[in-house]
Amino acid sequence: MSGTSVVSLERVSKEFGAGGVRALEGIDLQIREREFISLIGPSGCGKSTLLRIVGDLIQPSSGRVVVNGKTPHQARLDRDYGIVFQDAVLFDWRTVAKNISLPLEMVGWDRAKRAERVNELVELVELTGFESHHPWQLSGGMQQRVSIARALSFNPPLLLMDEPFGALDEMTRERLNLELLRIWEASGSTVIFVTHSIAEAVFLSTRVVVMSPRPGRIVGVVGVDLPQPRTADTREEPGFADLIREVRHLLRRGGGFDVEEPTPTGEEDFIAAEEALD
Amino acid sequence: MVAKRVGMLVLVLAALCAFWEGFKWFGESTGLALGSFEVNDRTLPHIHDIIGQLFEPSRTNGPMLIEVLWDAALFTAKEAAVGFVLGASIGFALGVVLAHSRLLQRGLLPYIVASQTVPILAIAPMVVVWMGGRGFPDWFSVSVISAFLTFFPVTINTLRGLTSADPRALELMQSYASGKWAILWKLRVPTALPYLFAAFKIAATASVVGAIIGELPASIQDGLGGAILNFNQYYATTPTSLWATNLIAALLGITFFLIVVAVERIVVRRAPEHVA
Repeated sequence: MSGTSVVSLERVSKEFGAGGVRALEGIDLQIREREFISLIGPSGCGKSTLLRIVGDLIQPSSGRVVVNGKTPHQARLDRDYGIVFQDAVLFDWRTVAKNISLPLEMVGWDRAKRAERVNELVELVELTGFESHHPWQLSGGMQQRVSIARALSFNPPLLLMDEPFGALDEMTRERLNLELLRIWEASGSTVIFVTHSIAEAVFLSTRVVVMSPRPGRIVGVVGVDLPQPRTADTREEPGFADLIREVRHLLRRGGGFDVEEPTPTGEEDFIAAEEALD
Repeated sequence: MVAKRVGMLVLVLAALCAFWEGFKWFGESTGLALGSFEVNDRTLPHIHDIIGQLFEPSRTNGPMLIEVLWDAALFTAKEAAVGFVLGASIGFALGVVLAHSRLLQRGLLPYIVASQTVPILAIAPMVVVWMGGRGFPDWFSVSVISAFLTFFPVTINTLRGLTSADPRALELMQSYASGKWAILWKLRVPTALPYLFAAFKIAATASVVGAIIGELPASIQDGLGGAILNFNQYYATTPTSLWATNLIAALLGITFFLIVVAVERIVVRRAPEHVA
């Protein structure tokens, strides 16, 4: 694989407990700069665990992880990560502006510099006018936008997102998908995005990493060559349905088909595709 | 909303007074006696007599009782306030230390719990003698006794509050490469505030009780504890003086409680459904 790797995973495994559950086994993956990588798979395939290993929130049992040429631990200390969870995890006692500026307080920016950056970010996630609101006064979608702005605050080269739109309704989710792509273009970050939704993974990503459960393994990687930038019309492209079929086939082969099926592609199509591939 | 609250307050107060007077009337007219407790003007004075006593001279040609009790209440309030601040600070600091070390938690917590099983009257004279020997004023010894009662709920709730932060919020703080200190002040303490104020409410009333009890072995005459001891001796002749003193002591406790509630309103910013 050419180009410099932002994230390099070699034979990464993770076991929980003494001789316990094998969450991940033999994960090899190279992620290049400015890629948008989705991790998809059924529950228990270890996709969130993998994300946490990259982010130095848990340690792998074996294997090698390199982030920007450093250990994940050093990368965390260098503030290379912006993290977004499924729930916004905002601090109730802080306003929108103060939630966004929290990481900047840690970095040690002065008040004026923080205020300037918060203004930029509020504009980026389209929350102008809500700066002095408290989290509980916002809708779920708005809360998640605050959480994304907070993650972007110090321009981390790597954005780790763990099902960030999983708790939102379909319409909000599609709108935020487009917003996220716009933000990705603007920020120049590399994104690792965990999702349950095949359509979301294909729509957003440059590559989709399909995983299987027990133990968590990579079944295959699907390159998404749909034109950039993606728009609402991207979902109508003929290639879109093909890619969804490909991802679904890999999921089926990995033995984990208990994922969401938000696309109109019928079961017949899927069986036909599977027969063709066999 | 406010009218409803005030209405409820008046209603409950009226009901309590009605119960008091009703019980007294019933006891007196039927000659009710519970063991040696006989209902009469000495054991259960009229409420209006208790209130009226406040405006009688406390002794011949002396100031009105309410003036004496007002001064005594201020004196006890000073002891209790210092005791509260002392106890809350020590309690909070202890909670922070325990929250950061599982080992210390296991080692110290049993003794902290045991400290509360020691009767306050048993250690109060020792505190007074020990502190007095080191040049502290007697009222400060009372504050220390009061602090002994107030630190405990604060320690327990600080510990509980500090360890109740959302694990994902902790992960976020880690991803910002935050130090322990920053995590404590920016995440753990704000999360713990509702727990802390629950403890402060208990500690507020306990600090008043602690100050009053602490005055007895310290033989301090200037506070409500001294007044209670004093009027106790004259109970046979003027029981209403002691009842009036009790009333003022209760009002002092309620005042402390309400101050904590008011501060909580200002300090704790939380979603409406979390506000008690």
